[in-house]
Amino acid sequence: MRHILSVIFENKFNAIPRISGLFSGRGYNMNSMSFGEGEDPETTRATITSEGDDQIIEQIAKQLNKLVDVIKVVELTYEPFVERELALVKVQSSASTRAEIMQVADIFRAKIIDLSHKTITIEVTGKEDKVNAIIEMLQQFGIREIARTGIVALKREFQK
Amino acid sequence: MTENKKNPGKSMTGSEILVQTLVDLGVTKVFGYPGGKVIGLYDVLDRTPGIQGILFRHEQGATHAADGFARATGMPGIVIVTSGPGATNTVTGIATAYMDSIPIIVFTGQVPSAMIGNDAFQEADIIGITRPVTKHSYLAQDPGQIGQIVREAYHIAITGRPGPVLIDLPSDVLAASGEHHPNEHVMIRGYNPTYKGHSQQINKAADMLNTARRPLIYAGGGVNIGLASEEITEIANRGQIPVTTTLLGLGAFPEDNPLSVGMVGMHGTWYANMAMMECDVLMCVGARFDDRVTGRLNHFSPNSKKIHIDIDPSCIAKNVAVDIPIVGHVKKVLPDIVKKIKPANTKEWLEQINCWKNEHPLKYSKRGEEILPEYVVEKVAEMTNHQAIVVTDVGQNQMWAAQYYGFKRPRQILSSGGLGTMGYGLPAALGAAIGCPDETVVCFTGDGGFQMNIQELTTAVQNKIPLKIVLLNNGYLGMVRQWQELFFERRYAMTVLSDGNPNFMKLAEGYGAVGLQAQKLSDVEDVIKEGLKIKRLPVVMEFIICPEENVFPMVPAGASLDEMLENGK
Ligand SMILES: Cc1ncc(C[n+]2csc(CCOP(=O)(O)OP(=O)(O)O)c2C)c(N)n1
Ligand SMILES: [Mg+2]
Repeated sequence: MRHILSVIFENKFNAIPRISGLFSGRGYNMNSMSFGEGEDPETTRATITSEGDDQIIEQIAKQLNKLVDVIKVVELTYEPFVERELALVKVQSSASTRAEIMQVADIFRAKIIDLSHKTITIEVTGKEDKVNAIIEMLQQFGIREIARTGIVALKREFQK
Repeated sequence: MTENKKNPGKSMTGSEILVQTLVDLGVTKVFGYPGGKVIGLYDVLDRTPGIQGILFRHEQGATHAADGFARATGMPGIVIVTSGPGATNTVTGIATAYMDSIPIIVFTGQVPSAMIGNDAFQEADIIGITRPVTKHSYLAQDPGQIGQIVREAYHIAITGRPGPVLIDLPSDVLAASGEHHPNEHVMIRGYNPTYKGHSQQINKAADMLNTARRPLIYAGGGVNIGLASEEITEIANRGQIPVTTTLLGLGAFPEDNPLSVGMVGMHGTWYANMAMMECDVLMCVGARFDDRVTGRLNHFSPNSKKIHIDIDPSCIAKNVAVDIPIVGHVKKVLPDIVKKIKPANTKEWLEQINCWKNEHPLKYSKRGEEILPEYVVEKVAEMTNHQAIVVTDVGQNQMWAAQYYGFKRPRQILSSGGLGTMGYGLPAALGAAIGCPDETVVCFTGDGGFQMNIQELTTAVQNKIPLKIVLLNNGYLGMVRQWQELFFERRYAMTVLSDGNPNFMKLAEGYGAVGLQAQKLSDVEDVIKEGLKIKRLPVVMEFIICPEENVFPMVPAGASLDEMLENGK
């Protein structure tokens, strides 16, 4: 099962290698990891997605918490949360396929952000499965390059 | 951060700030080895009163010595080495300390800041190399930060679950000047170890123990580190609960107490392992269900409810599911349990255990004039009143020392349990002797491991340390040979030392130590007697022991705790 961990840490020297090193050193699975400055400029938020049973994820959370730089670890999996991923997809295109590609982009509410005679670069934002879906749809045209940010997520506050 | 406009600190060099901060923290001994990047630092150290540097003959030795010092005194051991090879030589020592939760602080010289990353002469990314085996590490980037870094490192090393901290020191940062602010507080946002246990959990644990018919306490190194052996003893005595300890927990409960069932695990006593398997409530305190203790996990202590007290939450429920987890410091949690323990009826259980003790005691059989290592350990124990600080190397010698010494007090055994580092014994014993100059320090070692850090005999001689080295010479890498005998049809591949062993007596003499040798049983007592008398010099007491003596009982790797071998069959 996929789990999402949100980790706030002091962005001190070597903190990121310590966090990522935990995963390689202890053989934990990691699907994506993204970092960015948090609400307090002295902190960074890492969003980590990992596969594993609850016991392993609990271990990962405990090990992360043990790192001196880590201030807080939240497991979002069992809470309502919002998540997004951004991907840039560079697709091969010619005059004959351009319209069709743009149509696909349109359906996924993706944006065209670069165009050349031979390629179209599309920016798409959404949940992981939506990003996967558009990539799948674009495959038929020939994908040159993909850059994905990995998932970012926050706890959802609004509850019915 | 480092420049405080209103209250400028005294201007000092990075080296001066470092040494002064160590002195302020009460550090009196530093273990190490010099080199290009720390000449200036050692120069300051040498000129500073109240703190003394001790030169080892290998950085690994210095690091194990710091570890031994820390285990024996409870204060962090301090190491200073140079960059590159000096730094990488400390890695085994750091990993050893990390596995056993020992507070040491390792200062490594580093190439000048501007050259980091350029493959400069004697550059090594020591922070990267040691990342998985340190509790934390720092790169000093500004001399004005050094004081605060050292205070933080000290705090991190000894609080919570203790462990090694490394500080990398570029040579320009040591040489430059900055402001010294000796009184800044240590405040680390992400670091707040839990000391006090959850009171409801504690009540539940006490109830569980009070209603148990076959309770067992399983005490680990955490009880020694946390100095909670009195509390353990009180719980055991009041509730009439038997106690087993891990290798690192030896001494946390006196082995002459009738409730002691000795050491548990791969080479634990028959009765401790059986008690583990048969108990109905198991209280694990400051231990971590290591695979050397549990044997085959899915058949470990199958009928017990489990209580687990540990300061490190990540130890709890890692290998074994527990019913009552309690995160906290043993010294804070156990007194609350003591208050609630009632005299319980465990008579039948204790009778059962006594029955096991009588039927399956620790035993060895004498064979003519051949020296048996178990006998040597027993004699050393007797002649030191079971009161010496016992340091072991790794292998059969370690297990015989653990099984036969009869430990009585906390922090009495120093042994590399988690990493199992051969070569640990001699330098760690030196560290212990330096930290506890009034105590007798005995180092049990093997003919293999002794040679892994034998250079430190010089350090012992130079510093007039009356270390008692008990060399159990079986001519083999004995513990590996034992496995070959039992599981590889006696093919002794790469484990025969006897053809190549040096003359240990001449070696001792060459180093300026005293050498005494016993070749037959009737010499043993005399050698120990004479060895214990020697002052101001280390002594190597070499016992030529029965070469193929094995350590029993033994739980073969992958077997369950109740599948012990009591002899070769
Ligand atoms: C640094 C290191 N290398 C290898 C081993 C594997 N090992 C464990 S015990 C042992 C044999 C030790 O031989 P010796 O020091 O003579 O002690 P004995 O078992 O004979 O008492 C070996 C090689 C180890 N624990 N540590
Ligand atoms: Mg040997």
